[in-house]
Amino acid sequence: MTHDPKGPQPHAGTPPAADVGGPAQVSPEEFRAVQGSAEFQRLRSSFRTFAFPMTAAFLVWYLAYVLLSTYAEGLMSTPVVGNLNLGLLVGLGQFLSTFLITWAYVRHANRSLDPVASRLRAELEGEA
Amino acid sequence: MDVGNPWVNIGIFLVFVVVTLVIVVRVSRTTTSVGDFYHGGRSFSGRQNGVAIAGDYLSAASFLGIVGAVALYGYDGLLYSVGFLVAWLVALLLVAEPLRNTGKYTMADVLSFRMRQRPVRTAAATSTLAITFFYLLAQMAGAGALVSLLLGVDSTAGQSAVIAVVGALMIVYVMIGGMKGTTWVQIIKAVLLITAVGVMTVWIMASNGFNLSALLGRAVDSHPDGAAILEPMLQYGTSGTTKIGFVSLAIALVFGAAGLPHVLMRFYTVPSAKEARKSVVWAIALIGFFYLCTLVLGYAATYLVGVDTIRDAPGGSNAAAPALAYELGGTLLLGIVAAVAFATILAVVAGLTITASASFAHDVYNGVLKEGKATPENEVKVARRTAVVIGAISIVGGILAAEQNVAFLVSLAFAIAASANLPSILFSLYWKRFNTRGSTWSIYGGLVSALVLIAFSPVVSGSETAMIPGADFAWFPLTNPAIVSVPLGFLLGWLGSVTSKEHDEAKQAEMEVRSMTGAGAERAAGH
Repeated sequence: MTHDPKGPQPHAGTPPAADVGGPAQVSPEEFRAVQGSAEFQRLRSSFRTFAFPMTAAFLVWYLAYVLLSTYAEGLMSTPVVGNLNLGLLVGLGQFLSTFLITWAYVRHANRSLDPVASRLRAELEGEA
Repeated sequence: MDVGNPWVNIGIFLVFVVVTLVIVVRVSRTTTSVGDFYHGGRSFSGRQNGVAIAGDYLSAASFLGIVGAVALYGYDGLLYSVGFLVAWLVALLLVAEPLRNTGKYTMADVLSFRMRQRPVRTAAATSTLAITFFYLLAQMAGAGALVSLLLGVDSTAGQSAVIAVVGALMIVYVMIGGMKGTTWVQIIKAVLLITAVGVMTVWIMASNGFNLSALLGRAVDSHPDGAAILEPMLQYGTSGTTKIGFVSLAIALVFGAAGLPHVLMRFYTVPSAKEARKSVVWAIALIGFFYLCTLVLGYAATYLVGVDTIRDAPGGSNAAAPALAYELGGTLLLGIVAAVAFATILAVVAGLTITASASFAHDVYNGVLKEGKATPENEVKVARRTAVVIGAISIVGGILAAEQNVAFLVSLAFAIAASANLPSILFSLYWKRFNTRGSTWSIYGGLVSALVLIAFSPVVSGSETAMIPGADFAWFPLTNPAIVSVPLGFLLGWLGSVTSKEHDEAKQAEMEVRSMTGAGAERAAGH
């Protein structure tokens, strides 16, 4: 790769990164064709069916923790193990769930998304 | 509170400054092309960038503030810290990779991709500058407070001098080192901060036989409120209003992190979307570990330092972490922790400055004023000059705000990021129908509503702890506007879009394909 041969010119009317960096220019028709292709649609839906519900799930889980801590103090104060009560365990559980979701997403992306994405990218940049 | 030996604190901090300056000067020799100033040649690995993100994100407020909050209020400190971490899942799942694939230097690159350039760039730059300004002001004023706590400098002149030195250093880092230099400052700071916090945590856990329950028990025994520190709402449960206020803050945190411009800009420093993903993974691991440590440190400060001692210290709850370091490791460990706290402020302000100057030079000067026709050399010249101006403004602002209660500015910055930036980012990446009007309505609507609500809230007037305690023009009861302004940002984005016919189908196709595949995205500059 080069040092920005033409420098940055991502402005007025020209989309950013459209004119530099990539090894090849891709025409609007090619982007449309790829967008409509079955392979791209599968990639898109494979990404969305993982990312969207997962986002909803962690938001619900986090807001539940916040709302229960705020409005169900008694429940969250229920002792569970030693000095650890339900609320503290749910709080620590937020850390655990964040790490688990991160791991699950990376696994999904590495296995199901990256190979398709790089194949499509190579096709687009190669054929122009 | 004993401040240890101020000269030891200053000495260790000076070592940090000298080491980082040497590195900044060295890397500046490889900053050759124009883009290098903004993204450091896109040559950082995902791991390096992840460490730098942690360095950018973990401000002195989260280090000193959260340890202090746990020490005084227990559970509520943990509750507060969790929001800062889970927010990263938004960045991981929805933002980091498509942003890296479709943008170049700034957040506005992505937002204006398929829109009319000038209105959207202007809007995005406005919210970027607002967020960085408030965040900077909080950091600089915090530097003044830290000085009185750690160096025993109580005079206004002394504090002002230190704020000026911090500002001058940050200008030097950004001017000489650009993004590459700034990144290295953040990496070094993150390693120091997380190592220091990690060592103290292991030390404390070892003294409790690695039994968290035993640690909690000792904290309960020495806290005047006893077992209440293990239960929620010691801090936020004063009234119904403070409870909703906390829910609002939680919304600001969870939606705000992935909309912070200085965090977003970091995703451009890596060569690919896959590395951007790795960055977030490292950031989540480090930030998660860090907040788990602050929980242990906070409860340890409760019984090792004592609640009364912390409350009476010059910095209030901010004194908990330094005081704990002194209890554990005496003058030397206090010196290290104090120096790390300063380094933290320095690294965060440098990151904010480069973001604001990039946004001004790239979006306002070139994108709007010159309609994209400025030469790259001129653009970077403007960026460097902007850095000096921003540095000067934040020095003056920091000195003026040093006596004020400005801690709310950080949560305000999160609230603006959540209500002005995130709706627009998500809509423009995932909603076909989104257009220029939706984008500008959402950004300005989120920004203005957050600012107006905070101006008429108890943090500005009408309470004893307000910024202007003498006046009372508050009618909005909550201390954080997000519970209103975030839904409003999303709503206006939708409303603006459906009331405008504009729709660029070709650009939408291009953006969607690029964001998913990375086609046409810049790789690393050739090293």
